[in-house]
Amino acid sequence: MATLNIEIDGRALQVESGDTIMDAANQAGITIPHFCYHKKLSIAANCRMCLVQVEKAPKPLPACATPVTDGMKVYTRSEYAINAQKSVMEFLLINHPLDCPICDQGGECTLQDLAVGYGGSSSRYQEIKRVVRDKNLGPLIATDMTRCIHCSRCVRFGQEIAGVMELGMPGRGEHTEVMPFLESQVASELSGNVIDLCPVGALTSKPFRYTARSWELSRRPSISPHDSLGSNLEVHVKDNKVMRVLPRENEDVNECWLADRDRFSYEGLNTAERLTQPMVKYNGQWMETTWQAALEFVADKLKTIPAEQIGALSTPYRPAEELFLLQKLMRGMGSGNVDHRLRQSDFSLDDKAHGGFWLGMPVTYMSRLNRMLVVGANLRKDHPLMAHRIRESVRWYGELNLINAHEDEFLGKVHAKRIVAPSQLASTLAGVCRALAELKALPVPDIAAHGVADDTARKMADSLSGGETRAVFLGNMAQHHPSYSQIHALAQEVSRLAGASFGVLGEAANSVGAVAVGAIPGCGALGQPALKGLNAQQMLAQPLRAYLLLSVEAELDTHDPVAAIASINAAEFVVMMSPYKGKSLDYADVLLPIAPWTETSGTFVNTEGRVQSFSAVVKPLGETRPAWKVLRVLGNLLGLAGFEHNDSKEVLRDALGDTPLGSVQAFLDNEVSGVKVEPPSPGEGLERVAEVPIYQTDAVVRRSPSLQMTLDASLPVARMNSRLIAKLGLQENGRVSVRQTASALTLKVQRDDFLPDNCVRVPSGHPLTAGLGPMFGPITAEPV
Amino acid sequence: MSLLKPTPQVCSWTQALDHSASLATYVANGGYQALRRVVTEQVSGDAIIAELKTSALRGRGGAGFPTGLKWSFMPRAFPGDKYIVCNSDEGEPGTFKDRDILRHNPHQLIEGMAIAGYVLGARVGYNYIHGEIFEIYDIFERALKEAREAGYLGDNLFGTDFCFQLHAHHGYGAYICGEETALLESIEGKKGQPRFKPPFPASFGLYGKPTTINNTETLASVPWIVQHGGQAFLELGKPNNGGPKLFSVSGHVNKPGNYEVPLGTPFAELLELAGGVRNGHKLKAVIPGGSSAPVLPAEVMMDCTMDFDCIAKAGSMLGSGAVIVMDETVCMVRALERLSYFYFEESCGQCTPCREGTGWMYRVIHRIEHGQGRPEDMELLNSVAGRIGGHTICALGDAAAMPVQSFLKHFGREFEYHIEQKRCMV
Ligand SMILES: Cc1cc2nc3c(=O)[nH]c(=O)nc-3n(C[C@H](O)[C@H](O)[C@H](O)COP(=O)(O)O)c2cc1C
Ligand code: SF4
Ligand code: SF4
Ligand code: FES
Repeated sequence: MATLNIEIDGRALQVESGDTIMDAANQAGITIPHFCYHKKLSIAANCRMCLVQVEKAPKPLPACATPVTDGMKVYTRSEYAINAQKSVMEFLLINHPLDCPICDQGGECTLQDLAVGYGGSSSRYQEIKRVVRDKNLGPLIATDMTRCIHCSRCVRFGQEIAGVMELGMPGRGEHTEVMPFLESQVASELSGNVIDLCPVGALTSKPFRYTARSWELSRRPSISPHDSLGSNLEVHVKDNKVMRVLPRENEDVNECWLADRDRFSYEGLNTAERLTQPMVKYNGQWMETTWQAALEFVADKLKTIPAEQIGALSTPYRPAEELFLLQKLMRGMGSGNVDHRLRQSDFSLDDKAHGGFWLGMPVTYMSRLNRMLVVGANLRKDHPLMAHRIRESVRWYGELNLINAHEDEFLGKVHAKRIVAPSQLASTLAGVCRALAELKALPVPDIAAHGVADDTARKMADSLSGGETRAVFLGNMAQHHPSYSQIHALAQEVSRLAGASFGVLGEAANSVGAVAVGAIPGCGALGQPALKGLNAQQMLAQPLRAYLLLSVEAELDTHDPVAAIASINAAEFVVMMSPYKGKSLDYADVLLPIAPWTETSGTFVNTEGRVQSFSAVVKPLGETRPAWKVLRVLGNLLGLAGFEHNDSKEVLRDALGDTPLGSVQAFLDNEVSGVKVEPPSPGEGLERVAEVPIYQTDAVVRRSPSLQMTLDASLPVARMNSRLIAKLGLQENGRVSVRQTASALTLKVQRDDFLPDNCVRVPSGHPLTAGLGPMFGPITAEPV
Repeated sequence: MSLLKPTPQVCSWTQALDHSASLATYVANGGYQALRRVVTEQVSGDAIIAELKTSALRGRGGAGFPTGLKWSFMPRAFPGDKYIVCNSDEGEPGTFKDRDILRHNPHQLIEGMAIAGYVLGARVGYNYIHGEIFEIYDIFERALKEAREAGYLGDNLFGTDFCFQLHAHHGYGAYICGEETALLESIEGKKGQPRFKPPFPASFGLYGKPTTINNTETLASVPWIVQHGGQAFLELGKPNNGGPKLFSVSGHVNKPGNYEVPLGTPFAELLELAGGVRNGHKLKAVIPGGSSAPVLPAEVMMDCTMDFDCIAKAGSMLGSGAVIVMDETVCMVRALERLSYFYFEESCGQCTPCREGTGWMYRVIHRIEHGQGRPEDMELLNSVAGRIGGHTICALGDAAAMPVQSFLKHFGREFEYHIEQKRCMV
């Protein structure tokens, strides 16, 4: 790119050719007023607020859309430019309500701010003002459409970032209105970003609406505790209460976006279900007690039970410090029974892995991949912003290939896809592996010997052998799969043959961190040798005498909730550390209120191995304590060595050393060796396909009222293709009785012709389906 | 009148013939020979563009941009898809010439587009036809069918490797879809609203590919120029204003209609052709180039010749060649109210000054017309128009501002009278 010499407001600047005047001004720190321009969206040049004077141009030009030329002289503050800008401001205000005091955007409104500089003190417009009917955009976004200034940012966001044009601008001239298609709700999992994008009060946050003014809020940095991206947050706090959550810009992680889950989950922090006092069950009655008494009770009880009869389970949504102390506590007591992989069912890679599994590349690379194969992932719902990055790759002519057991719209172009029953996932991958080997005239790897290179497999192989940047990714479904080890090994072979990077899309906020701090059996922090023990599945398949649960809601968080609940119920002593009471009131013996991520400091390690520490943004509610402190005191009470940490930073240093980032990066490795692959046995009967719904992933999200009103949180149904509906004699939208290991459950039948034959898709992780059984495997379905 | 011998009629010569729109009529009078010659003799595109430049053919769609120059902007050697698009959207109040070409002489347009395709390297063309002229759309579709069947459109024309497909596209009647980039958006199936330029269609046009867009009359003139040479065309008009032009004369004349006369013809002669001002009345004002052009008072107009340069010098625009004649019975406030309502209704609403300003101007003029004018209104109107003009994405903003400014300039007295007396001066 050539460098051009230009001048803005008398300042000589050197800029790249292809830049606009706005780009050049931004680089030089010169502010040009604007509404429609946004650095992540296409240029619309419709608001005209950025008009500037350009020497020799016959009229003022929009800075956002005018490319610089060599020798260009720009004046952004000349009388001529200011006149143009003031003209536009006058037009923007004539139909805009002048009642900022009752507008929710007041105090953080671009129009209000700029009107101070460019607006007149009184209006020359004496005619009737426009009134626009408000729209129903669902539970998350409130509208005040009369305030809309038609900048089209929200519309472009849908088209260009969310991948779905849920908002459009029908109508012409003054009658132009932003609206959803036929009053349907806005259902994108990224929808909340339009609230940030809207420069005025037309689109605001429904949950936050009218609860606080922007100047009353203190803004505190944090990290999102949900998906494995670790979006950077700015938490807004008033009177020790989280009032809302906004994105904190980080180009390397979430850019300037947030998924709705990260943005609205905070509502789950302040529910009545919060546990605020330690409680002990005494003669079948719950009694509130003090921390001292509760912890002494726990320590005394644990001392009476053989260590190998105690199991410690955590969700992967807890900070690394807590997971580290949990495993340290267990190992201190002499047990290796510790795990966080609650939804995993195949653990045979545990002795075949060389390090922690991770994305295999920086997150930013996902936006510029030429060729991709994604196996067993519900990209949009499990990884909303990584899906956006992959869409970006696709928009840059990248080819996305998918192998999955169900098809949910990706909202971008898919090059080739194979939707197969879960039992066929591994062999399908073996087919691609074989096709690639044949294409490259290399020996077919042993583990792919049974693979069949059909047309789709060859199309994928072709695709994967082209381009310059290639990647193979495994999603959550692959990791939950009963043949995960085979899928992992095959994907590794595919990536090796294709010369592609290989990555595992982390399931949860701290999936990578949990492994790095040793919260799995047989592997201590950073892979140091450690006591072997039972994995999550083994701990829950047979009852142990005692369980230590770190925010585990067993009926929702586990691969097989029926087995999990049975084991926990049968245990003699169950300690639940959680911010919530929940169902554990039924099965726990001690309830210890621990802090959600907003009330404790801690660290999440995201899927690319980025170590992100955060501080508490509010004080703990009631008697709530950070879990790392609780575990430290428990360690002391049990008389264990090495529990002397004064703060969470010391815990992190204990776990990951002085340079956590470097140590974690060095520990990460997706390589596995020695996996045997067996050809699948031909399936009989029906198979269950299960995913965890986007707003059921963890305890906080489950309790966020607004997210629970979205379409994504609709009640579970049994989905199957029309052939199966006919074969079973069912009716679409009728009812079906499904059954796995335990009791039968009646669900609504929903036709989904993207599903493979003989598969019944019923979500897991939902209270309604908790009584079913494992996420995969045989299921029966019959008319009610 | 035949296409073969130079006559002042370039586009409207078939009108007097039976079956004016049919392929047989067109071919019997020498039609498609220009296309056949350039394709079979492989005449170079440069040569044709040179002829267009010589001819001083200026765009008939409104801006009067030299067509040869426009064609030379096209990256003809660009290897990918390229398009030629004809603008038959004709929605400007007062303009009704292109529909007559489509009705009576569709094959000359088809031939012109095929030649354009040949020169510009476009294998596909579109003709975007205004949404409210259904029978004419059907006539054009019939002509396309005839041309395809006779081998004037399609693959390997005249046995060469030149291929050209032409499609008609039905608009829905929005005036803004006549703006060339809004038209492209509309063909692409999107909301018809103008794009910001640059990039210009020649580099980023239909579906993002290099595209040339011309008006119906412009493209229909091309076969004649190829056949008879640029010089002959130039000589039909006057320097820098080649050829004859269709003028749609409407308003208070005895014989409203389309008149194809040489550029440079005195306005007085055109008025006479149209039967003169209706009986017993006096000429008051003329809008010489469609509703977007500034109005001119009678005395100025009577001194003008009908060509781009003379009308521009008089302070208006030849535009699309729609001549709206008003006699002394016209209330200029009422006339402007109607005009400003049009722009208020037809603004696409994309950019702030036009979306907000057109409604503002209309409401103020409406008030004045209805006896509720205020002393400050004239200054306000002038100021609002000035704040729209030059500040918008497309020229509709300017088009909305210019009538207001020119009416106030030339007929300000009538507005003052309305405001003071709360009634019409006429
Ligand atoms: C609001 C607006 C409406 C227009 N409508 C038409 C139209 O109906 N027909 C037309 O040929 N050009 C119309 N134009 C001009 C076109 O944008 C374009 O300049 C023209 O089609 C170019 O063709 P030409 O070079 O052959 O004149 C319009 C322009 C504007 C700004
Ligand atoms: S709703 Fe907001 S973001 Fe959308 S167009 Fe209107 S002002 Fe812009
Ligand atoms: S000037 Fe008017 S018609 Fe043209 S783009 Fe702007 S709003 Fe649309
Ligand atoms: S910011 Fe440039 S026109 Fe809106």
